[in-house]
Amino acid sequence: MIAARAMGDALRAALEEDCRVILLGEDLVDPYGGAFKVTRGLSTDFPGRVRSTPVSEGAIVGLSAGLALSGYRPIAEIMFGDFLTLCFDQIVNHIAKYEAMYNGKVTCPVIVRTPSGGGRGYGPTHSQSLEKHFLGVPHLRVVAGSLVHDPAAILRALLAQDSPVLLIEHKLLYPLHLMLPAGGRIEGDIAEVHISADGLPTVSIRPVPREDCWFTVLAYGYQAELARRVLSRLAVEEEIFGELVVPSQISPLDWEPIDASVSVTRSLLVIEEGVEGFTWGSEAAARISSCFFGELRRPVATAASAPTVIPTSKMLEAGMLMTSERVEQAIRQAAA
Amino acid sequence: MMAGVPNVGNGRVRGAVSLPPVGTTSLLEDSSTGLHAHVRELGRQVAADTNSAAPIVGGADARLVGAPDELRAERLYRRMRFIRRFEESLLDLFERGLLNGTTHACIGQEADAVAIMEHLDADDHVFSNHRCHGHFLARTGDALGLMAEIMGKPEGVCGGIGGSQHLCAPGFMSNGIQGGIVPNAAGIALAKQLDGSAGVSVVFIGDGTLGEGATYEALNLASLWKLPLVVVLEDNGWSQSTPTSANLAGSMRDRLAAFGLPVFEIDSTDVEELDAVTGRALAQARTQAGPVSIVIHTYRLCHHSKNDDNRPADEVAARWELDPIKIHGRRLDLSSRAAIDTEVESALQDVIDRALSL
Repeated sequence: MIAARAMGDALRAALEEDCRVILLGEDLVDPYGGAFKVTRGLSTDFPGRVRSTPVSEGAIVGLSAGLALSGYRPIAEIMFGDFLTLCFDQIVNHIAKYEAMYNGKVTCPVIVRTPSGGGRGYGPTHSQSLEKHFLGVPHLRVVAGSLVHDPAAILRALLAQDSPVLLIEHKLLYPLHLMLPAGGRIEGDIAEVHISADGLPTVSIRPVPREDCWFTVLAYGYQAELARRVLSRLAVEEEIFGELVVPSQISPLDWEPIDASVSVTRSLLVIEEGVEGFTWGSEAAARISSCFFGELRRPVATAASAPTVIPTSKMLEAGMLMTSERVEQAIRQAAA
Repeated sequence: MMAGVPNVGNGRVRGAVSLPPVGTTSLLEDSSTGLHAHVRELGRQVAADTNSAAPIVGGADARLVGAPDELRAERLYRRMRFIRRFEESLLDLFERGLLNGTTHACIGQEADAVAIMEHLDADDHVFSNHRCHGHFLARTGDALGLMAEIMGKPEGVCGGIGGSQHLCAPGFMSNGIQGGIVPNAAGIALAKQLDGSAGVSVVFIGDGTLGEGATYEALNLASLWKLPLVVVLEDNGWSQSTPTSANLAGSMRDRLAAFGLPVFEIDSTDVEELDAVTGRALAQARTQAGPVSIVIHTYRLCHHSKNDDNRPADEVAARWELDPIKIHGRRLDLSSRAAIDTEVESALQDVIDRALSL
């Protein structure tokens, strides 16, 4: 099943299972069904609970906060991840603060979903991966969809807890089929699932036993899929063996499965699509370098997109974003 | 500041701290001349249920909020006096170095909070802003919880984490960011609509908040979806140090009316006039025909936060003549007013003593 459909089904299940779930966002209502069609059909089947809003991202998330403070489980859709800037105040100064600021008297379990990322030629303001600006915000979970994670399981875990969540969905993943672990395998690779105390999975994928891998790659979202394909090919064609670790929650990180891999491979590469500098990878590098000082075989490597705007031109965009070629280049360097 | 006095927020101060002397709020020198508020849209009759006590959410000292059978006129006076003396006490504690951080007093605006809370029920919700003490006290009556909160004590309503601007109690929240609380209050109104509740969601904003875009996003949605939202705009003429004339184009009424909200506008510091207008506004809000707005032109008699008042002294002095406590106090006979004053003083002294001993 493709990721967009799986996410839509997950939302449908949430609406069916919990009458407190309310979906708000721009252009969600049928027949349009959302800019990326994830919510198609839902407004017809859940009238009044799936609502199209004006072009008002601050109010979409701000109203969601009021709903959540009142006991509802709002799921807000921000049409493009780039527009998260328009609800930054609500997320940082309202939603993420209420529970702690009021000393636990309330909870504010808003889930903000947003399609993000480039590769579609949408240019500087419809292609970004801005999630790095939300990493490390106290009391906010940042979660990213990947093909190796079941959206229904992720959503169920998020609805079972009370922290606010920013859920990043890379738009290039929407038309791709999920590749969920089954019987400890994803295609021919070994797939190990680690579930955090909060019920959020990290999937570790390796072509051979961990002891035979000599580096770890940490990635999420579309970059995880690019890395998986490269690693799979390098294993078959060149006997280069690396382990890919794909967390579903990217902030705060569940370090246990990452540590488990790095403690054996003693080498880490972190890949992300957001622009380089003050990144997710930098945080991982600082943490892993500190914990494994003296044990690592090489400095932690990071790979991210170039620190500039995302060009609209296909050629220029490919020269700036983390593409399959740049992922392979980074992996080859880490494997050298 | 006294040398060696530890910060109450971090340490503990014991021993007697008394209320500050009653200063500019004294009614003894009242003159009864020429203090007429200008009422633009007002039925002058006070609501019919003259003596039924407005519900206070949670328990509260009757000396501060009034006994259930107290005459409405006395209750209105008592609650304004309570808020005024609470905040004067706070400012005094700051002066003595016994409080940490900052605070925004509503001295001069007490009548707004007191009048509106007369018309709220337990099902209703209030979202307030940085200048929230009056709203909080009029809604909850929880003087000790607020005092302990501002002192940074674990017994405070938010364990000392929220402090002056970030309060939470049943049916009440406040936040210190301008504008963002309006969509939050609209979301609470949407929840009430979805619940089929008869409650309304009230949000207090100021003239300065009209500069924030989030306000208008929320007004639009609230009106589109006919949410039971009551927007109370307290226009005190000054956004921190900037006069409204340098802040606001067009008119406040037109801005609200542009989104289809009925506007109940009043230029008054008379709590009985405010009581009447806000009663009508709340009654309309409860018809569930959509949001309503109340615009109160008032005045802040104190500084914005602490020691930051550059407004013309003669302007401020003139407005002291419209002090809501003076205006309404005149309606009470001297003995009942004195009795209320004494009760409020003694109750607040108890609050301060208990809060300091925590």
